[in-house]
Amino acid sequence: MNKKQKKLLKRILMALAIFFAILLIDETGLLVSAFGSTGAVYASFALYLIPYLIAGHDVLRKAWHNIRRGDAFDESFLMTVATLGAFAMVLFPSADPHMAEGAAVMLFYQVGELFQSYAVGKSRKSIAALMDIAPDYAHIERDGELVDVDPAEVPVNDIIVVKPGERVPIDGIVIEGASQLDTSALTGESVPRSVEEGSEVISGCVNMTGVLHVRTTKPFGQSTVSRILELVENASEKKARTENFITRFARVYTPAVTISAAMLAIIPPLAGLGAWDEWILRGLTFLVVSCPCALVISVPLSFFGGIGGASRLGILIKGSNYLEALSKVDTVVFDKTGTLTNGTFEVVAVHPEAGVDADRLLFLAAHAESLSNHPIARSVVNAYDNEVDQQLVANAQEQSGHGVIATIEGRKVLVGNDKLMAEHGIEHPSCKLTGTMLHVACDGAYLGHIVISDTIKEDAAQAIRDLHASGVKRCIMLTGDRADVANDVAQRLGIDEVHAQLLPQDKVSKVEELLANAQGNLAFVGDGINDAPVLTRADVGIAMGAMGSDAAIEAADIVLMDDKPSNIARAIRVSRKTMRIVWQNIVFAIGVKLLILVLAAVGIAGMWLAVFGDVGVAIIAILNAMRAMRMA
Amino acid sequence: MRKSFKLDEIDCANCAAKLENKINQLPGVTSASVNFMLQKLTLEADDASFDDVLDSVVKLVSDIEPDCEILR
Repeated sequence: MNKKQKKLLKRILMALAIFFAILLIDETGLLVSAFGSTGAVYASFALYLIPYLIAGHDVLRKAWHNIRRGDAFDESFLMTVATLGAFAMVLFPSADPHMAEGAAVMLFYQVGELFQSYAVGKSRKSIAALMDIAPDYAHIERDGELVDVDPAEVPVNDIIVVKPGERVPIDGIVIEGASQLDTSALTGESVPRSVEEGSEVISGCVNMTGVLHVRTTKPFGQSTVSRILELVENASEKKARTENFITRFARVYTPAVTISAAMLAIIPPLAGLGAWDEWILRGLTFLVVSCPCALVISVPLSFFGGIGGASRLGILIKGSNYLEALSKVDTVVFDKTGTLTNGTFEVVAVHPEAGVDADRLLFLAAHAESLSNHPIARSVVNAYDNEVDQQLVANAQEQSGHGVIATIEGRKVLVGNDKLMAEHGIEHPSCKLTGTMLHVACDGAYLGHIVISDTIKEDAAQAIRDLHASGVKRCIMLTGDRADVANDVAQRLGIDEVHAQLLPQDKVSKVEELLANAQGNLAFVGDGINDAPVLTRADVGIAMGAMGSDAAIEAADIVLMDDKPSNIARAIRVSRKTMRIVWQNIVFAIGVKLLILVLAAVGIAGMWLAVFGDVGVAIIAILNAMRAMRMA
Repeated sequence: MRKSFKLDEIDCANCAAKLENKINQLPGVTSASVNFMLQKLTLEADDASFDDVLDSVVKLVSDIEPDCEILR
């Protein structure tokens, strides 16, 4: 509790004590015996004013301030009218006295305000903790000594020192030292990342083991951590439709309830339906529930919590509107390379002919390809376990589009595709696997083949399963790759629909076609670098692998910090949970308020219940909204 | 120019929403947003008149919410 809250608490406790003392005196009939039955009404009026003023003098003052400014629909003003109105019932001496009620309502209201302020303070603290990923200082070396400076003042290409246990303040490259980095605050990934000299480090990561000297590559303001914070903080400015609805609703709600309160107080008694005091009291009760605070606070807070919680999982959502759109996604379109696959070539199978050793096959292929820089050649060299000895290779000739011919250990070795084999009249079998084939022949004899293909990401199949499980109807893959390769990947992952051999502009038109036929929203997932036009066309554009990539952060609506496609289903779950909480709060707050209004109009609900309808509902809604921040 | 300021002691969400509305109606303000949870005001206005606009915003805030203060 802060100072202001403690002060309020003291006032409330004092007012409560006095209130109960007066209640005791009143109920035991002491007042009646002292002042007579008429005098007792006025005496209790004066007495109840004491706790009322102690508890509520600031509300009265604020109300007065607002009236002078001509703002009548303010919470304190309405509360003042309602409670003073209850006291004014003294003008109807024949009716039941309502002074105790007036004082109690003010007390109860202040207790609620205190709770609300406490809950808001708590939420602000957890949000602050969530945002606490940017360090306040950076160590730099000056004349052999470490000095702490504001990270914003460190220029590019300066050297900063990051000690174990500290967060990296600025993006840069390690020039000295080796360590493990905990990236969980940025990516949600708990496995630490190893860095050494020459590695890129990203601000916001925690240095776990060794001292690192880092040469900064960006100013603080453009470093990853600053960009993430800015993005999350500003995300609430792009308001969701639900939020705009609430804002409009709130603008109409308060005047509407206030006017109906006035009508309720005046019309029925004029029509002869009952006593004035009865209806005026009902009208006053209306005023108490007329503040839309519960809605106005809890809906944006839920969105904020959802966006904040998601950022902890490495999912950056650029606006409440995108969170809302994501929750309605039923079609997810993937780019293949770099999104579902790693985008790197790897040897996936080595098929030697009978009697040939697999290691021998790889040995020949790796040596033949050792001089080439082609990605496929590199993958073969990487697959070969031992060092390549280039002394063994002579006359290596690359035949573009065919393969390589080289002399290895004095033998003529051919390594290449079907065309190369056909050219040299060497019989070769076809393989049931899809991918790029590298046939190997030595001195005219066929030895076997090596299959190379782009590897599927570990969690890609799980990602598609999760998406289907979360109710996404169609997972579609678009690729520029050959149809057989695309179909093979799709089948292994459980993708519903494949469109292969697409040029970049075809992807845009394909997505437009899908958008036209889609029922729910369509999300496009790409690597964010060459997919920008498609990302902007889709209802929700999701870029993956954005650690350190500015282009992806710019182009997409939602950014996944690491490369894992399984985070898409997670992001959808987060968005759905947030929207559930938003709607719970809307329905709960409006529902309870309307119910209390109806009950008050027919005379069942009194002011007590009405105060609950105001502050009680707000507190419950805030607590519910905070759940959005805690994501599984 | 776009700048952020800390709003101290902003206690009620509805007040924050109202404040945001009123600031946006001030002459010279391109856009303003009040983030209740972060207690943050983001103000966008012309570079040349920014300080004048900020002065009028500060005055408005102290008028509407006497408890609330803009820390610049």
